[in-house]
Amino acid sequence: MTLASQLVQYLFTGLTLGSIYALVALGFTMIYNTTAIINLAQGEFVMLGGLIMVFFTMVLKIPMIIGFLLTVLGVTLVGALFERLSIHPLKNASLITLIMITLAGSILFRGVAMFLWGKDPYALPPFSGSKPVQFLGATIQLQIFWILGITILAVFGSGFFFNRTLLGKAMTACAFNPLAAQLVGISVRKMVLLSFALSAAFGAIAGVIITPITLMEYDRGPLLALKGFAAVVLGGLGSGVGSVVAGFIIGVLESLGAGLISSGYKDAIALMVLLLILWVKPSGLFGSAEESKLKKF
Amino acid sequence: MKREDLYPLLSIAIIIGLFPLLAGGQEYYLSLLVFVGINSLIAMGLSMLMGYAGQISLGHAAFFGIGAYSSGILTTKYSFQPPEAFFAGIFLSAIIAFLVGKPTLRLKGHYMAVATLGFGEILFIVFNELAPLTGGPSGLSGIPPLTIFGHPLEGAHYFYLVWGLVILLLLFSLNVINSRVGRALRAVHGSELAAGAMGVDASRFKVQVFVLSAIYASMAGSLYAHFITFISPSSFSLMFSILLLMMVVVGGAETIWGALLGATLLTLLPECLRGLEDFEVLAYGAILMVVLLFMPQGILEGMRKMLRKKG
Amino acid sequence: MSQKVLEVQRLQKFFGGLRAIDALDFTVAEGQIKSVIGPNGAGKTTLFNLITGIFPPTGGTVEFKGKMLNNLKPHDIARLGISRTFQTLELFGNMTVLENVMIARHSRTVAGIFRAGLRLPGVRREEREIKEKAFEELRFMGLENRAMMGATFLPLGEQKLLEIARALATEPQLLLLDEPASGLNIRETERLSETILRIRERGITVMVVEHDMAIVMEISDEVLVLNYGKKIAEGFPRDVQRNREVIAAYLGEELTDA
Repeated sequence: MTLASQLVQYLFTGLTLGSIYALVALGFTMIYNTTAIINLAQGEFVMLGGLIMVFFTMVLKIPMIIGFLLTVLGVTLVGALFERLSIHPLKNASLITLIMITLAGSILFRGVAMFLWGKDPYALPPFSGSKPVQFLGATIQLQIFWILGITILAVFGSGFFFNRTLLGKAMTACAFNPLAAQLVGISVRKMVLLSFALSAAFGAIAGVIITPITLMEYDRGPLLALKGFAAVVLGGLGSGVGSVVAGFIIGVLESLGAGLISSGYKDAIALMVLLLILWVKPSGLFGSAEESKLKKF
Repeated sequence: MKREDLYPLLSIAIIIGLFPLLAGGQEYYLSLLVFVGINSLIAMGLSMLMGYAGQISLGHAAFFGIGAYSSGILTTKYSFQPPEAFFAGIFLSAIIAFLVGKPTLRLKGHYMAVATLGFGEILFIVFNELAPLTGGPSGLSGIPPLTIFGHPLEGAHYFYLVWGLVILLLLFSLNVINSRVGRALRAVHGSELAAGAMGVDASRFKVQVFVLSAIYASMAGSLYAHFITFISPSSFSLMFSILLLMMVVVGGAETIWGALLGATLLTLLPECLRGLEDFEVLAYGAILMVVLLFMPQGILEGMRKMLRKKG
Repeated sequence: MSQKVLEVQRLQKFFGGLRAIDALDFTVAEGQIKSVIGPNGAGKTTLFNLITGIFPPTGGTVEFKGKMLNNLKPHDIARLGISRTFQTLELFGNMTVLENVMIARHSRTVAGIFRAGLRLPGVRREEREIKEKAFEELRFMGLENRAMMGATFLPLGEQKLLEIARALATEPQLLLLDEPASGLNIRETERLSETILRIRERGITVMVVEHDMAIVMEISDEVLVLNYGKKIAEGFPRDVQRNREVIAAYLGEELTDA
């Protein structure tokens, strides 16, 4: 393979990974914009999406589309229950306690997954067959186009929701000023619940579309969450567009790094980006320094 | 050290002194308590960072690993004497903690948590990838036992070494907590704004206590390496960092005694779950969740409250 | 002429488009009690925050005994000899009354982690001195019987006194009190007045932000009036009280020629 086609290959892999990070980042942003909490269990929503889909389609042999819907619904329910049972009761707790309760949730989900599915990775069949196509000199799995397509749909969908619909704007108002939001009739409780539910849904979607390519195992969550969070910070906390763009950037960087430098350290690349951004410019590429000082973090 | 700290300290010292006799020389119980001691060491440092200074670290397994690998690599591949490797590990951990701590401890809340998480993960990857040095995923074996004047320390002797160090550092920590430094840390935790106004350089002290906690973890790592003579990256994973965090939180982050209690409980727990490994992670998640929801001050404080109600 | 303790020149603080402090000039003489008054949002607490280094000025200078404070951190400024209380109490809730005051001795003491951990003799001596000095300040404020209580268990009035005791324990040359009388009843306010006068007797220069005009009139040597971040009057209390612009600022009336 020529260098050019290798690069195209890496680019596509990078965009694929980036899609997942973008979706995870969106999930983080949704919850943050409504509650000012960082949900450390975000990665587990992705993991559960993948594994539950495996259960529906491989074990129960339910057709893909219905399985997809059921999976997303199922994980959404998990997210909602998590908010009701663990987040809501602690709404007045200290920051450290809130951080740790989402950590506890992440461990719990991982534990349940380990119990139900064991430690092995599971596979899903690609959505439209496993025959790859030739594109610009590189061999691309069809699944990648599914991933990119669905991600773009999800991103635009959430953009529309948060910027154009009343409900979406109401959710954003809550983290900004919960008291004011309540005074204008927004039920902050419901918005918080909705944010967790939506976030779980997005995570589930990410899990389902990525599993045909990368498989899924019970402890994929933390690294996904870390990289997704790297995207959030790089893009500027609170900026949906920023997180998505940053997600793709990180995915491509990781893929190029893995391909051109070393594949063992590939995870470390995204993590180094995370640390560097946090240390040097926590407001990210698209955020402003003043704004990030005013926020709680 | 305050008067009220004297009683628990003496009790612990007495129990430790008598334990090998009570255990009747049974290796199993002795090793178990050695692990409790090693974990207590890390938990004490973490408790000073989290409970007193009010910071958070989700990556402390990294320093435990640096200590363990320093001792392991230097004694097996470079003919260092165990005490030399011990101090090399401390030195390395301290430097890394300083370099990482300075920019990280400036961050607030969630950012600090994620940064320490990321740091821990990076080191885990390094332990796995630096195979020529660390042995990679298959680990590093043949680590020599600790020797004092040529005599290898094993069994009850190692037990006394570990716990002797725990008690010494416990004294050290109590002294720090009740000193100007301890007050400064607690002030930063109580109100960083007022602490600054009173002349406390918050960032300097946060970094100092972070480095101190890294040194404690490194010492624990070295003791661990010489004890089990074989180490692999899986002992220094995110799960262990979380377990360490849990020891502090579940036991009670407010005091160093809580950390000891937490270390004891969470070291003994996996033993009780022998045969139920499938449930292990689930159990941890459930315990942490229950404690955070119902006893956020930790079990020690929870028990004290219950006793106070009855009394 | 007495020494200038604080000199503020052309001080400015903008928050984006908001001019919190605008072209402010004033000085504080040694041993003075200078009050800062003005309607809500006039920039009084912002002024204190600028002096104590919580954020840097957008322009202008703050000089303390000839030393430029502009880019110093709060703890450095405390070390130089400026101390303060907070409008919204910032006690250390996780410590006792005594410990709150003991912290204040931080910048006058030296024991570091290593020496403290080993509890060397010098450290033990220093600890004793810290405790003694802390008790002294508690006695000065009448709180010595509360020493062992958790700081947040004190009634509000005593919490405010505790903050002052804490600030005094840093051995300041300039003490900034931010609304020390808010939330106090008449008796407590009188006691406060008295206390501030006693503080001045110790040779400490005091600046007070206050809304309570009675106490301002009673204790101040000079009054500085701010409105919308600008100085609208400065001088003896009686004169400021009669100043039309000041009255207008507070009552919101239009200035008439009559």
